[in-house]
This record gives sequence, C-alpha cells and structure tokens, in this order.
Amino acid sequence: MNALLAADLPYWVQSLLRVLGGLVAVLLPAGTIVYLFLFKMMSFMQSRLGPMEAGPYGSMQLFAEVGKWLQKEDITPARADRTIFKIAPLVVLASTFLLVAVVPFGPDAWFTNFEAGVFYMLAVSSVSVLGILIAGWSSANKYSLLGGLRAAGQLIAYELPMVLAVIGVIIQAGTMNLQGIVVAQNGGEIFGWNGLGNPYILTQFTGFIIFMIAVQAELTQTPFDMPIAESELVSGYMTEYSGFRFLTFFIAEFATAGVFSLIASVLFLGGWGVPFAWFDWKSIDDISDWMNVVGPLIMFTKMMVLAFVIMWVRFSYPRFREDQLQRFAWKVLIPISLVNIMITAILKVAF
Amino acid sequence: MTSTESLIDRRQLAYIASQAADARLNVELETEGMTLNIGPQHPATHGTLRIIAHLDGEQVVWAEPSCGYMHRGYEKLTEVRTYPQVTSLVNRIDWLGSFANEVPFILAAEKLMGIEAPPRAQWIRTILFELSRIANVSLFLGDLGVQLGAVTPVFMAFRDREHVLNLIEATTGGRFHPNFDRIGGLKDDLPAGFIDETRAVMKTLRNFCTEMEDLLFGNEIFQSRTRGIGVIPKDIAMQYGLSGANLRASGVDWDLRRDQSLPMAWDKVDWKVWTHPDGDSFARCWIRLQEVRESTLIVDQLLNNIPSGPVMAKVPRIIKVPEGEAWVSTENPLGEMGYYVVSKGDLGPFRTKIRSASFNNISIVPWILKGVYVPDIITILASLYFILGDIDR
Repeated sequence: MNALLAADLPYWVQSLLRVLGGLVAVLLPAGTIVYLFLFKMMSFMQSRLGPMEAGPYGSMQLFAEVGKWLQKEDITPARADRTIFKIAPLVVLASTFLLVAVVPFGPDAWFTNFEAGVFYMLAVSSVSVLGILIAGWSSANKYSLLGGLRAAGQLIAYELPMVLAVIGVIIQAGTMNLQGIVVAQNGGEIFGWNGLGNPYILTQFTGFIIFMIAVQAELTQTPFDMPIAESELVSGYMTEYSGFRFLTFFIAEFATAGVFSLIASVLFLGGWGVPFAWFDWKSIDDISDWMNVVGPLIMFTKMMVLAFVIMWVRFSYPRFREDQLQRFAWKVLIPISLVNIMITAILKVAF
Repeated sequence: MTSTESLIDRRQLAYIASQAADARLNVELETEGMTLNIGPQHPATHGTLRIIAHLDGEQVVWAEPSCGYMHRGYEKLTEVRTYPQVTSLVNRIDWLGSFANEVPFILAAEKLMGIEAPPRAQWIRTILFELSRIANVSLFLGDLGVQLGAVTPVFMAFRDREHVLNLIEATTGGRFHPNFDRIGGLKDDLPAGFIDETRAVMKTLRNFCTEMEDLLFGNEIFQSRTRGIGVIPKDIAMQYGLSGANLRASGVDWDLRRDQSLPMAWDKVDWKVWTHPDGDSFARCWIRLQEVRESTLIVDQLLNNIPSGPVMAKVPRIIKVPEGEAWVSTENPLGEMGYYVVSKGDLGPFRTKIRSASFNNISIVPWILKGVYVPDIITILASLYFILGDIDR
C-alpha cells in the first residue's frame, strides 16, 4: 500500500487522489451528520418524523436541499464590502479542509504525515474565526456585526481550553504526530494488560470532556451558539448570505463537526487502530495492509458516536449568555485543564 | 503622617489617575453607541413589534417599544357592527386564546341588558375560557425554549396543544376563532363525549407541565439565563399597570377570577392563585407553568358537576341594548382584559374601549430594558409574554 501511494504513481495522480480523498473525508461525514442527526434524530427527539417524501425515509432530502440552495439568487447587500463578503465562506470552509489534511485514517492512509500534526491542527482550526469575523464585518448589518464579534470573542476564548486539553495527550504520548498518538494508544498497555491498548479517554478523561466542550463552542453549536442565535441575532454572521454562499457556511459547520469528531477520536479513542495485542503486532511496520480499508470504517464509527454526542447536546440545551460563556471558559475550563496538565506531567515522570 | 494614611493616599491617587486615563481613552476613541432596531420583522417579537434599542457594546442604554404596525382599529369597527357581530372581531385580539376575548364583551352587554346566562352556559363558558388559557400559555412555554435557544420544547408544546384545540374545535367549530359566545348564553351545547375526552386531555396537559418542568425549568442554563434577569419590584409593577402572571410574579396576590364576582363558575370550584416573590423572568415563566396546571384542575372540577338545563336565556331575536355604560374585565391568559361599552340603545355599541393586557404589559419595556444585555432583551420580552394582536388591537 505504501509502495502504491508513494512510488508507482506520478505526482499529479497522487495529488488528485489526495484532493478527492479530502473531499470524501469532508463531505461524507457532513452529509451523514446532516441527514442522520439534523434531519432524523432531531425529529425523533421532538416527536415528529422529519423529511419523509424525498426518497425512502427522506434519504434524498439532502440532495433536494442542495439543489434548492444552488438555484437561489446570490445576493450581496448594497453596502457590503463585496470582495471580502464573497471570500468569507470560503475561508471558513478552507479551515475544515486544512484540518482534515493531518487526520490519519490508517497505517498508510493519510493525506500528510506531519510531525507537528497536533500543533498544525490547533493552528488551522482558528482560521475559521477569521472567516466568521470578516463575514460579520463585511455584511454591513448590525446583527451580523454583533454575531461576528461574539464569534470572535467566543472562539478565541475556547481555543485556549482546547489547546490545554490536548497538551495532556501530548505529554502522555510523547509525540505531536497524530499517527504516533494512534500507535501509542493502541500499542499501549494498562498496568501490563494490553487487551484494550491504552485509549487516552481513560487516563485523560478530564481532557476529553474539556476538549468536547471546547469543540462544541468552536462549532458554535448550542449551548454556545450565541454568534448564530436564531431568536436574537437572526443567524448572526450568516444573516446576509443566500444561495451557494450560505450552503458553504452550512457545509463548513457540519463538516467541521465531523472533522473535530475525527480528531477527538484520534486523540482520545484510539483513532483508526485496533489494540495491537489482538494480532500480535509489535510496531507500526507490522500492521497488515487491510487496516488501510478497515481503519477508515473504524474512524467513521467513532466519529459518528462523537458527532451524536455533539448533536444530542445541541438539541437538548438552551443557550448561554455571552458573559456567562466567557466566565465558564476562563474561570472553570482553563484552571481545570491546567491542573490536568500538572497531574499528567507528574504521573508521567513518576511512572 | 502614619504609614497607613499614606497608603490610603496612594490608593486614592492611583484611583484618580486610572479614572483620568479612562476618560482620556474614551475621548480619544470617540466611542459612540449603536441603535439596533429589534423588529418589526424579528423572530423574538412574535409579529410586528419594534424595539428601538440604543446599545453601548452589547448593553442597552435605553430602549423603547414602538407598536402600531398591526393596528386594525377594532374599537372603531365595533361602532358599525351589531352586538352579536362584535364577537367575531374581538376573537382576533389575542389570537391564541380567542374564546377568552369574547367573554368580557358578552358579559358587558349582558350587564347592560340586565340578563344572565343560565348556569349550564356559565359552566361551559368557564370551561372553554380555561381551555383557551391552556392553549395560549402552553404555547408560551414552548416558545420560551425557542427564545432561549432550545428547539425541542416548542414541538412538545404544539403536540399537546393540538389536543386542546381539537376540544375547542369539537365544541365550537373553530380552532382559533370560535365565535361561540352569545348574549344570553352559548350557541350550542357540548358535543357528545366531550367530558371523557377532556378529562384525558387534561391529564396529558398535566404530564406536559411536568415534562416542561424537567426539560426546561430544571435546566441549569435556563435558570442562569432567567433568574435575576429583568426583576420587576412590586411597586413598579403596580405603577406600570401590569396584570396577569407578570403582576403575580412580582408578589401581588391579584386575580380577577377570584377577586370579583362575575356570572361565571370560578367561585364554584376550589383552586389556588399562584404568586412568586422574586419578580424576575424565571418567576414569570414559572407562574405561567403553574397556572396551566391549575387550569387543568379547574376544568377537571368543573366537569364533575356541570348543571343541566338550557344553554341560552330568553333574549329577543333582534338584540337592542338599553342605554347605559358598562365595564367588565376578566383575567385573560395574558392579564386583565376589559371592555368599556357605551350604548345609546341601538343595535350596536356607540363606543367601545378595549383594555388589553399586553399593551399595558409592554409599557414597562423602557424601564426594564435599561442596562441589560442584548440576549436578556429576548429573555425579558419572552417572559413578559405579549401577543401582537393584543397590543395593537
């Protein structure tokens, strides 16, 4: 497999494969999340059926929605900053694609095996803040401006707990390479018993909870959705967008939910791997090639579980107020994650 | 000079210096506020109310409601209608609890004519009145969730409210606008099977109230968003002429169903007026929740002993109301609703003044929105609970 990807194909075919793979890795989770969770699960939670007409159980609804959006007029407000207004959704979506570039899906199934993968992931995830901020600013709408500013404040505040929560994992794994983190988890052992590997959700449970809360805030999902806030800011920074540009925001929102779930499953749930002890693998070189096919499926399953949790919280909770959210980030999450780092570091040295 | 004194001096100097620095910064940056029009087309205003809010950042400096976008001139229209025709107009004032709008007008006309509906009609009127209160306030409970960002409660509210609307439809023929009340009684008797079905529905509604208590009122985020937000003290509430649950949430024990004697059946049953000492948004929402539950209990008790007999008193075929003036108000779902009817002995009223609850309830908006944050505007407006038809008439 390694040979197939690296040597035999010309560079442009490899690049094309990577781009196509990236599209699948971003759009497939987004579509599944939107249909399964946003359309169906949400409806069942609210004692209704959801879309039922388009295809069996409304499974073609997504295509109908995309078709509807593509037909709509692309409106730019008269007083908007036209260039920036048009770039903004693409910046937000670009952040999602940049994120998926470092996620490993199998022993050889990766887009780029980046040594400082975690660092890169945390850096590019904040590119979307820029897109949201300029979307809010360039719309020439007071509601959008309030939404954009709220988003900026919120995303910067929640970047920090996210970084600090991941540091615990980095300390424990001893590497910033996401592939290395997967191997460290699946090749690890719990007090000499290696039947389950050592998924970091067990040792870094606090970090996992903080990471998921920060992800919820990064995605601006309820209860942290005040940048969007349907009932007060009328969708905030997205208010003035229509047609394809709104679709871009929409895809970015749910694709990012998918990609963050992928990253969380890599960091805390063992990623694509199965515990190496099951097959007597000693290191990453022993792993047989079929993991490149099974790995993505395992990743997808874990992603769906985590995305389900994100959506479940989204449909159940009311929304915080802006100052309560900031207080929660700075006074609760950051101190807890600092203590978590300290304890992890001490235990790492002790054992 | 002792050392402590110099320390205090130094602190004061530092304080003065920081104040001066702040002032300089404000002058240099020339920060100015922003005027935000919330409405007339805004999801939080349930229609076409406009709140003009002057903001400093996210904080409201002053706010002012601007109503009248949906004024339909019902007071004037009543002058060119006959008495029986007026009920179809006033149905549309508070459109979620329509039947309750008809009752005070009919009672005022009956008062002028000196007649009283037969006991069975009074009983059925009270039952329908409470059903419309349940239909109205249960939707409020669902909508409250939407205003605060929780999407699920509203669907539960619509699901269970549907049963109540079905009952009203079975009795009156209209889901939203019954137009069922007549001078001297009611148009029809209850349909067959009404009593058993209503009992079952009341049980469903009580379950709905418990569900709402668990899902919404017990939620920590909901409580942190509503507790201590938009506090209306007792005296301020009375000064602004609030009524209904908004007044009772400020600790005023005042309910027109209990406090005045009308030819209705409320005094025949045993029920409780809920009050809350806090006066904040949570109290207003909580009072409404308790009132839905109390209403279901009232209906249950009324169903136990509906008197038999006719539903219509003897009234002439063409109704001419004798000369005079009458004021009747009742405790409607939104608060006190009253009609001042002036008759000159014609087929229709000479002049009608409609006192609707929401119009007075939103008069407190400039006072209460001073200094709150933008998300709290929505919380407070939702908890004050107005209906646009009730404001603009």
